[in-house]
Amino acid sequence: MKLAGLAAGNGAQSALHPAGVNAARIRDLLGAYTGVAAVVFVLVVGCALLALARRRARPGEDSAPQRHPAPARERRTVRIVEALSVLTALTLLGLTLADFRTRHAMAALDARPELTVKVTGHQWWWDFEYQDPRPDRIVTSPNELHLPAGRVVRFDLASHDVIHSFWIPTLHGKKDLVPGDPTSTTLRPDRVGTYYGQCAEFCGMQHATMRFVVVVEPPDRFARWLEAQRAPAAEPATASTQRGRAVFLGGPCVLCHAVAGTPAAGRLGPDLSHVGGRLALASASLPGTRDHLTRWVENAPATRPGVMMPPTALSSRDLDDLVNYLASLK
Amino acid sequence: MRAAGLALAVLVLVLGGCERETRDLAPPAHAVATVATVRAHRLTPGPDSALVPGRSAADRGLVEHAVQNSYAVSQGKQLFQKYNCTGCHSAGGGGMGPALMDDRWLYGSSPDSIYRSITAGRVNGMPAFGPRLAQADAWRLVAYVRSLSGLVAQDVAPGRNDAMKANPPENTINPPRRVVVSAPPPAATASHVGTP
Repeated sequence: MKLAGLAAGNGAQSALHPAGVNAARIRDLLGAYTGVAAVVFVLVVGCALLALARRRARPGEDSAPQRHPAPARERRTVRIVEALSVLTALTLLGLTLADFRTRHAMAALDARPELTVKVTGHQWWWDFEYQDPRPDRIVTSPNELHLPAGRVVRFDLASHDVIHSFWIPTLHGKKDLVPGDPTSTTLRPDRVGTYYGQCAEFCGMQHATMRFVVVVEPPDRFARWLEAQRAPAAEPATASTQRGRAVFLGGPCVLCHAVAGTPAAGRLGPDLSHVGGRLALASASLPGTRDHLTRWVENAPATRPGVMMPPTALSSRDLDDLVNYLASLK
Repeated sequence: MRAAGLALAVLVLVLGGCERETRDLAPPAHAVATVATVRAHRLTPGPDSALVPGRSAADRGLVEHAVQNSYAVSQGKQLFQKYNCTGCHSAGGGGMGPALMDDRWLYGSSPDSIYRSITAGRVNGMPAFGPRLAQADAWRLVAYVRSLSGLVAQDVAPGRNDAMKANPPENTINPPRRVVVSAPPPAATASHVGTP
């Protein structure tokens, strides 16, 4: 299916396979810390083992340390301890400087964002609002984030209910979404590809399935996608999709969902204007197939217990037409 | 022996809270409004009959569950805000619509009456939400509306607010001594009709 490339284990959600400059720098820092720590560990444990092996008391010998060692030996010991202390201080200083350098490089990105996306966390889905100086050009893309490769993107983070955390492991570290306290983060994706993001702060029953798809694409393709999102929803072309729209507008859907170009303007659930074109469903917890869409519309809590979306009691014909309509909203 | 007694006491205390929090996470599919047309039930004030005619036993179970369940009440509290009930009823004190936190009920305080007010609407402005509202959500709203005037058990009513709110949490409301069903105000109906 459309998400075939996202099978587990290919680095779509791995901080060790960076696809952007932030994650790459964090990975490098992790590598430096792990390398230095490994060398120190081997040296310390090696020396301890060596000392144990060399200085083992022979039978009949007093094993207690010498109370008054020879002055020459004492001086040599003190010198070794001093040298090792300086080496330790230098190592820690080096690691601290590496940390500062990483932070500095990331902070430098903050100064020149080329795109701003407002991220709102909900129980349990993500809303991505692409900012624009012209209000009529602002669009939302729930649970699916498209980013232009090589461009610096700023994220303004907000929460609708409880604390969530915004995390795209291949692109950047985590940042919390705190209700009533706006935060922000900046990143630059470099490698074109499809990745996963994930809520990284426990936020309730469906925290584990609160994911989103991240599509990093060449800037020209991204621009075309964004322009397509700004268009109102497609008009239903067939008899079935026309009936489906009537079911949508006449049923409980419109209380929470919006479809641009129709009277449906609910803001409680995800905007469905282009739901048929999305790669995944239900906060990227289900593949974006018609089959899954049908089951989701029919009985959402059966798949994700606790979600606000109630089950619907539509006749099979109504359900079929409704799903046809939703799938046609590319 | 003492340990067994203690364990029993703890068990009683712990299990005593079970029903209160049982979460209806996957309401049955039938728990959804299939009302396609608006049916106005009563056009004049006064309580409705005890039960909505034709309701199945499963539905009655749903009602029993919703109006005595802490989770349902707090979900209803969220929906009350989100579905903009506050637009007319304010935070319960009333505005364009009647107050819900007092002990005066134009159409009776029974869950069934409130359910019908929500789904079928009432004269003088209460819209019918039946075709739009999932039935399970409607019952959650019923449960919350009843908690506003202290009609649900104190341990079931919400104990806190998610945001700043003018009135104290619902579980601090004293249950009213009696439920007053107001007689139809003589000129009220007529005077409201012309002023939407």
